[in-house]
Order: sequence, then C-alpha cells, then structure tokens
Amino acid sequence: MTPKKHWYDYLWICTIVYFTLGFFNIMFAWLGLISFFLPLLIAIIGGSKAFCNRYCDRGQFFALLGGRFGLSRKKDMPGWLKSKGFRYGFLIFFFIMFFQMLWNTYLVFAGATLKQAVKLFWTFKVPWHWAYHGDAVVGAWVPQFAFGFYGIMLTSTLIGLIVMVLFKPRSWCVFCPMGTMTQLICKAKNGKKVKAELAEE
Amino acid sequence: MSKKHAVVDIANCVACGCCRKVCPKEAIGIRCGIYAKIDLSRCVGCGKCAKECPASLIRLEVRSA
Ligand code: SF4
Ligand code: SF4
Ligand code: SF4
Repeated sequence: MTPKKHWYDYLWICTIVYFTLGFFNIMFAWLGLISFFLPLLIAIIGGSKAFCNRYCDRGQFFALLGGRFGLSRKKDMPGWLKSKGFRYGFLIFFFIMFFQMLWNTYLVFAGATLKQAVKLFWTFKVPWHWAYHGDAVVGAWVPQFAFGFYGIMLTSTLIGLIVMVLFKPRSWCVFCPMGTMTQLICKAKNGKKVKAELAEE
Repeated sequence: MSKKHAVVDIANCVACGCCRKVCPKEAIGIRCGIYAKIDLSRCVGCGKCAKECPASLIRLEVRSA
C-alpha cells in the first residue's frame, strides 16, 4: 500500500512553473516570496512544520526527480553536511547573502543602474536580459529585486539538485535555510512542552 | 506485531517529514515541528522510512517484549 495522494502532493508543479515564468519575465520572481513567508507564518502561528511536511513544492520536486525518476544515488550524506554546525552556518551565510541582495536592490532604488543578470552560486553573473521588458512603473528597484531573488531561488535549487544526485533525493531538506529556520521557530515555541513530554515517556 | 520497529535519532532529526510521506502504515507524525515520532503500535518495521530519511537518522530495532 502506498500512502494516499492529496491535492497538495502535486505542488511540485509550482517549482517548474516558477522557473519557467521567470525565464520569460523576471517580474514573476516576486512570486517566490510566497514560499518565503508562508513557511514562516505557518511556523509562527501554527507552531508546526506543515509547510515542509505537506506543501513545499521544492521538497516534492526533489522527491520526484530523485525518487520516481531515479536521479539520485540514494547514498548517505557525509556527517559534516548534516551536522548542526553546518546547518546553522549555512543559515547564517544565506541570511548574509539575502541582505546583500536587499542592499543591491536599495542601491538601485537610490539611483544605481539596474543589472539585468542572475547571479548563480553568489559568484557567476549569468545574462538574463531577455526576461526584462522595460522599466517597471514603480522604479528599477522592482526588477532588481526580481533578478536578485530569482538568483537565490535558482542557486538553492541547483545546490539541492546536486545533493539530490549525490546523496538522497531530499538531502537539501537537511540544511535548507527555510527548514532550519522553521524548526528553530517551532523549538522556541514548543520546545518546553515537548521536552516535558519526552521526560515522561 | 512485527519483529522490528523504527527508531528515530530525535536529537538530530530536522523534522522534514520525508519519512512520514513514505510510511505505508501512517505510523509517523512530526511532533510540533521538532522531530519525527513513530507510533510503535502501527509500525510494521518495513524500513521504508529509514531508506528515505535524507539524514539517515532512522534505524530498525528488535522489539522488546
Ligand atoms: S526543508 Fe526546505 S526544501 Fe525541504 S520541505 Fe522544508 S522548505 Fe521545502
Ligand atoms: S518501518 Fe515502515 S511502518 Fe515503521 S515507521 Fe518506518 S515506514 Fe512506517
Ligand atoms: S526523514 Fe529523517 S530527518 Fe526527516 S523527519 Fe524523518 S527522521 Fe527526521
């Protein structure tokens, strides 16, 4: 018997749609903010990791490619990669890079010229000008944020694909900054209760 | 009752829920977004969760009577 399928088991489609839309029009990159705020809201208000456990399109995408399509070696990850030190270190690194992206957006807001490129692995600038169709009404910082955010989304997905191939399908989930952050929120919220329960068992 | 059942290393569990998704007996729940909890009365020791866990934190243990 395989577990029953629900509507939310097909959200992996969103990953494909997101990157395709952003390839043709970078403004769609803004939609990625949903997968930024939703997991945090669910963790803060609901005190759970329901986003990871149920709705995350990216986790499903890796499970599908690595599992069903067999694109994963299905080997154990090395210990350091799943250590708490690496998980928290990666979260901090991710935050710093995120704020750098916001800073670049601010610079364009303050008058710098828009860079029509997507930065991969925080290093390589890939031309992406075909996805840009003229100045937004609001200002050049709007597309600048879109380019920056798309770069972060693409980079993290590429890293996820690499560890998917090398290790298990959803290896990315072990050090995914969103996953680490939501678990930390849940620990802060429910940690005491859970510890007390564990002590009783 | 099966001979074996799954055990999670909860101190290192990232609560991703990969194990929960593949369990044919719905024996796994993610406790408060912190760790995976196995319902021993439901678990049949098939080992699917252990294979799936990206951090390889689940092992099978012989049931104590
Ligand atoms: S850990 Fe990250 S990629 Fe994995 S399910 Fe959670 S949010 Fe999605
Ligand atoms: S061993 Fe099988 S039945 Fe037991 S929790 Fe894991 S997947 Fe479920
Ligand atoms: S798959 Fe592994 S890390 Fe993820 S919730 Fe289950 S036991 Fe924890």
